[in-house]
Amino acid sequence: MKIAKETTMKKNLIIGGVAAIAAAVITKSNIEKSRAIRRDFVKTRHKVLIVGATSAIAQETAKRFAEEGNDLFLVARNEANLNAVADDLRARGANKVETAVLDLNELSEHTGLLEQVTQSLGGLDIALIAHGTLGDQEASQSDFDIARQELKTNFLSIVSLLTLIANQFEAQKSGVIAVVSSVAGDRGRGSNYVYGAAKAGVTTFLQGLRNRLSKAGVTVITIKPGFVDTPMTAHIEKGPLFVGPDVIATGIYQAILNKQDVVYLPVFWFGIMSVIRHIPEGIFKRLSL
Amino acid sequence: MKEYQSWGRVFHYEHKIRPVLWRDSDLRLNELDAPVLPFGLGRSYGDSCLNDGGYLLDARPLNRFISLDREKGLLRCEAGVSLAEILKLIVPHNWFLSVTPGTKFITLGGAIANDVHGKNHAYAGTFGAHVTQFELLRSNGDRLLCSPTQNTDFFKATIGGLGLTGLILWAEIQLKRIESPFIEEDIIKFDNLDEFFEIAADSEEAYEHTVAWINSSATGASLGKGLFMRGNNAAPPFAETPHQPSDLQITVPFDAPDFVLNKATMRALNALYYGQQAAKIKHRLAHYESFFYPLDAILQWNRGYGKRGFMQYQCIVPYDDNHRAIQQILEKVAASGLTPSFLNVFKTFGDYPSPGMLSFPRKGVTLAIDFANEGQATLDFQDELDRIVLDSGGTGGYAAKDARISPAFFRAFYPQMDEFSQYVDPKFSSSFWRRVTGRRANNQ
Repeated sequence: MKIAKETTMKKNLIIGGVAAIAAAVITKSNIEKSRAIRRDFVKTRHKVLIVGATSAIAQETAKRFAEEGNDLFLVARNEANLNAVADDLRARGANKVETAVLDLNELSEHTGLLEQVTQSLGGLDIALIAHGTLGDQEASQSDFDIARQELKTNFLSIVSLLTLIANQFEAQKSGVIAVVSSVAGDRGRGSNYVYGAAKAGVTTFLQGLRNRLSKAGVTVITIKPGFVDTPMTAHIEKGPLFVGPDVIATGIYQAILNKQDVVYLPVFWFGIMSVIRHIPEGIFKRLSL
Repeated sequence: MKEYQSWGRVFHYEHKIRPVLWRDSDLRLNELDAPVLPFGLGRSYGDSCLNDGGYLLDARPLNRFISLDREKGLLRCEAGVSLAEILKLIVPHNWFLSVTPGTKFITLGGAIANDVHGKNHAYAGTFGAHVTQFELLRSNGDRLLCSPTQNTDFFKATIGGLGLTGLILWAEIQLKRIESPFIEEDIIKFDNLDEFFEIAADSEEAYEHTVAWINSSATGASLGKGLFMRGNNAAPPFAETPHQPSDLQITVPFDAPDFVLNKATMRALNALYYGQQAAKIKHRLAHYESFFYPLDAILQWNRGYGKRGFMQYQCIVPYDDNHRAIQQILEKVAASGLTPSFLNVFKTFGDYPSPGMLSFPRKGVTLAIDFANEGQATLDFQDELDRIVLDSGGTGGYAAKDARISPAFFRAFYPQMDEFSQYVDPKFSSSFWRRVTGRRANNQ
C-alpha cells in the first residue's frame, strides 16, 4: 500500500516535471513568436482608418498607431475635437494624419468617405470602427424614434461601412477589420436591451463576415469591452469592474497585432459573460440586470 | 476607480467632479452652485488641490499634445498632460524639461499652478520661467491668452497661482536641449552642515543639478550629515556603460500599518541609506529616471505612512554664515518626540527671479522634511518651525506641500497675497485658499 503510494507520487512528480518543462518550452517559443510578430508589425507602415476617432477608446488606440509612425485617417462628427485628436497624433509621431468630419448616420456619405480614405492614404490595411452612442434605455422604450436612431447609429451605420470595407478588403485579399461591439450584446437585459440588441446585431454580423472573409485572408475582430470609464459612462457610478480606456486600447492593439477573432476586454469578461449567458431564461427573466 | 485625494492623504473630503474633456468644452462654470478648482494628478501634499464641498474640474482628460517644434524645442500641449507623458515624447528627440520636480507624475497645469522647482534653480529658476504662453479659461467664459507680453498680469498671477485664477487649458513651454538621457553624477558624503555648504559652494559653478538628502536622526557634531548629489547632462561617447533604469515598477498595494514607521525603523532606514556608501565620493553615469525621479519607481509610496497620512514641511531660509536657522530646525526635529522622516531634501536656491506673483522659491537654502501625521503634535511642531523661519527672514508655507499653515504666518510669508487676490476668479477657490485667507466654504 505504502509502496504503491510512493510510486504514484514519483509518477506524479515526473509527469509534473515534464509538464512544467513542456509549459516552459511552449511559453518561451510563444514569447519569441509574439516578439517576431510585433517586430514585423512595427516594421511595416500601416494605413489605418479610425471611425469614431474622438471616442476615448479610439483616441487611446490611435496613440499606439501614431507612436509607431503609421498613416492615419480619422473620422468623427465634431470638427474642433477631431482636430485636437489629429494634432495630438501628429505630435506623437504619426507619419500622416488625414481627417473627415462626418455624422456617420448619413449613410449615403459612406461610399464617398471610403473613396476619400483610400485615395488619401494610398490604400487601406486596417479599419477600426469605434463610433457609437450609449442611449437612454427609458427614452428608447417609450419612443420608437429614439430607439430607431440608436439602432441606426450602433448597428446600421456599422453594417453600411463594413459592407464597403469588406468588399474592398476581399478584393485586395488582405486587411484587418476591428469593430468595437460590447458585452452588452451577449445577452439582452432590461436596463439596456436596445443598445444590447444593436451590439448583438454587430456581433452576429461580424461572425458571418469573418466566416466569409477568412477565405480571402481578411481578419475580422470583434472587440467586446466590459465597463469602461469614459465620457460615455460618465453618468454611471463606477464599480471595481471599470477599467480605463487605455486598458481597452492595449487589448485592441494586441488583437490587431495577433489577428485575433473575438476578444473580451479585459479578459475576465469572458468568464463573467459565460456565466451570464448560461443562466436559464426562466431564472434570468426575474433578475434585475 | 479614481480617487480625488492629495498626496499626503490627511484630508478626506467630498467633492463633486466635473471632467474637462475638450479644450473647447463649454463648461458653464458660472452656473455651478459651488466653488470650482482644477485638479490634475493630486500630487500636492496638503489641501491646495482640494475643494471640500465644491467641484473639482478633473483636467486629466485634457491630455493631448498640440505641437512639438523639434528644431526650437517648443512644446505645446493641453494642461492635463503629465510630465511623464511629455518626457516619453521629447527625450527620444533629445529634448528635456528645462526644470523638473522630483516626480514626473504631475500635470503640466499643476506644474505651472505651483510654479514647481527642481535641482537646477540657480541655473534655470522655476518651471514658470520656461512657460512661453498659455490659455486661461475664466468662469465668465473669457479665454485669455497669457504670455510675458500679453495679459501679463494674469500670466504672473496664474504661474504659482494654485489654480485659483481660472482653468489653464493648454500651455507652451521651452524645452532644454540634451545630448543623451544620462547624467554624469557625483554622490558625496558630508558629515555636517559646514561641509554641506562647502560642497554646495564648490559645486555651484560647474554643476547644473544639485541636491542633498540629509539624515534627520543625526545629532551633535554630525548634525546635518548626508549625501550630496550633483550632476550635469552627459554627452556621448561614454567611457562607461550607462546605468539603465529598471523596468520594474513596484506599487505599495495598501496602507502600511502605523507601527511600521516608527522612530526605530526610521532611524534604521536612515542609517542604512547613508551607510551604504563607503567611499567619500562615488561617480556614476545615471539615467535621468534614477537621477531625477528615484521615488517614482515605487508607485503609491505615500501609503508607506499608513492610514493616518503624512505632511511635508518645506521652508527657505536666507544664507547665513553660521546657518543658525537650519541648525535650529534640525536640532528641533531630532529632539522632537515625532517620528523622524526618512528622506529629507536639502537644496540651495539661486537668485533667479520667479515669474509668479505667489511663487515660493527665492534665494536661500531650502529644506523639506516629511512627518507622519501624528495629529496635534505634528501641527504644533510645524508652527514652531514657522516661527524660526520667520525670525530668520525666510519663507514657509509652500502651498504645494502645506496642510496646516495659519493665516497669520501665511500673510507674513506672502504679503503679496492681497495683490494676488485681485486675479482670483470669483468662482474658483480651494480648501487651502479658504484656510489661509480665513474664509469659510461656499463663500469663495
